[in-house]
Amino acid sequence: MSDIILEAKKITKYFHDPLTVQVLKEISFSINRSEFVSVIGKSGCGKSTLLYILSTMDTDYEGELFIDGMAMRNRKEAELAKVRNEKIGFVFQFHYLLNEFSVLKNVMLPGLKLGKYSEKEVEHRAMEKLKILGIDNEALKNPNQLSGGQKQRVAIARALINDPLIIMGDEPTGNLDKKNSEIVFNIFQELASEYHQSLLIVTHDNEFAAKTKRIIEMEDGNIIRM
Amino acid sequence: MNVKLIVDVSRSLLLARWKQTLVAAIGVTFGITMFITLLSFMSGLNDMLDGLILNRTPHIRLYNEIQASEQQPVDLYPAYKKHHNFVRSIKPKDELLQIHNSAPIIDALKKDSRVFGVAPKITAQVFYNVGSIDLTGVINGIDVEEENRLFFFSTYVTSGNYIDLKNTPNSIVLGKGAAEKMMAAIGDIIQVTTSKGERFQLKVVGYFQSGISEIDKVQSYANLNTAQKLLGESTGYITDIQVKLNDILQAPNMAKEYHDKFNIEAIDIQTANSQFETGSSVRTLISYAVGVTLLIVAGFGIYNILNMMIYEKMDSIAILKATGFSGSDVNKIFITIALSIGIFGGALGLLFGFGLSALIDQIPFNTASLPTVKTYPINYNPRFYMIGGIFSLVTTYMAGYFPSRKASKIDPVVIIRGK
Repeated sequence: MSDIILEAKKITKYFHDPLTVQVLKEISFSINRSEFVSVIGKSGCGKSTLLYILSTMDTDYEGELFIDGMAMRNRKEAELAKVRNEKIGFVFQFHYLLNEFSVLKNVMLPGLKLGKYSEKEVEHRAMEKLKILGIDNEALKNPNQLSGGQKQRVAIARALINDPLIIMGDEPTGNLDKKNSEIVFNIFQELASEYHQSLLIVTHDNEFAAKTKRIIEMEDGNIIRM
Repeated sequence: MNVKLIVDVSRSLLLARWKQTLVAAIGVTFGITMFITLLSFMSGLNDMLDGLILNRTPHIRLYNEIQASEQQPVDLYPAYKKHHNFVRSIKPKDELLQIHNSAPIIDALKKDSRVFGVAPKITAQVFYNVGSIDLTGVINGIDVEEENRLFFFSTYVTSGNYIDLKNTPNSIVLGKGAAEKMMAAIGDIIQVTTSKGERFQLKVVGYFQSGISEIDKVQSYANLNTAQKLLGESTGYITDIQVKLNDILQAPNMAKEYHDKFNIEAIDIQTANSQFETGSSVRTLISYAVGVTLLIVAGFGIYNILNMMIYEKMDSIAILKATGFSGSDVNKIFITIALSIGIFGGALGLLFGFGLSALIDQIPFNTASLPTVKTYPINYNPRFYMIGGIFSLVTTYMAGYFPSRKASKIDPVVIIRGK
């Protein structure tokens, strides 16, 4: 049981605007340590909504969510922020790098926020993560000087900085061309196999999903395959 | 919380939009500069106008007033005790203006630790003789050195040397207006007629200019002895005792105390000149109001710029929150931005305010009624700088508060999913 890092129990979610629609219908599943899971489904099936609930950013749902054995319901905003900082790494469709900071600093920010290591150590760790992703040469550049694929890799490095329990991705290859998609996927694959990193990636790219270990398929707010 | 990180992020966000930041800071700088300058100038003017009267006015003046006798003989008669009496046969006594036992009173006052100094004075009504015309006038007999020490007599003697009044027998310092009418130059001999009809010749040793031309047309100054001679009185004759205190605020209480102790009329400066205090406080109020308005306008500028910054940085805020920054962290970041604009702009404002005041201090300001003032008066009170500094922080904090709260409430899901 201790291998379960994320568990969802009967998660139900409604959208109220403009009409009350049930987007998620009592979704229950769990993810084990070092599992590489993809969530697929058609547009509007609720897969992204589910991801944001699992990521603790969306708190307006019914049901129970456990991350690392801790219940996430009824926690304060600051506590949830801490959970996200410590245990979850994010990669979004868009890279969301801060142009005010260098690439290195972008990667360091969540680490500095965590405050577990000194600034020097965080910097060292950030460089290591960039090296794993093969972009350590770009560390001192500004994000807007990088290509789309490089930016996404920086975003992955940022997700990795605090050695999270799980990396969550919302269409991380959605904005990338074939070649860069492949690179990103290979990075995820490598993280899963070599570093035993757990990953939960939402995608509508079936080719991408087919290569992952486990696929959760959703339709109309239900899980139809897991 | 990690203060360094928050400061770091704030600084980067600030520097990324340094032009906007500069505009916001200039707004604060301008507000504080004007606030400081306005208050310094206004308060300098206030002090000058107050000084015009207050410097020359004793804190407590002891004198005798010609008053009707409180008890008429008929009141003393037992048979009419309960009647309404209207027979008033006793008129005010002659020579009541003189302060009796003036020497012991002055001695007692000088021993009082609360008293800064005591100066005796005689007021004598005279006529200045100009050809066949007599001009009414008042000659104040003063103790020249004490008068100068306590009431800055020398600053109002615009021509001639004030100390000649003491050293030259039968000398007079004429009011500027009176001197002009009499066409009397320094060194000339003028003639006055006392109220008792005697004629005296006095040597003009200087002109006196108070800044209030009505006074200058009438008043002149002479030595105590000269004044006593004019009135034909002995050397003990004094009509006023002027007292200057260490603490002006004690004047009303002490005036009452002296009134009871010496059985003499005593009036304090606050009662005698209450209108000046009112004028000053209203002028100060107006300058504070204008200064505060300027700062509030600057505050709205900061509010606008922060609001715009938050709209622009929506994505950044969302990702900061997604990667573990809490709402209160984001709040702190924007408050830090606002406060640093306030500190930077405010500090510059204080500096420029000082500079501008110093500049105004150099502008020549010559007016006939104010002989002692050569440039515009400025009051460099550190209190204005403190109020300005504190107020710049308070306004920028207020201006930053609402935008920051808005930023802290941004829902990252809405932003991230919206893309």
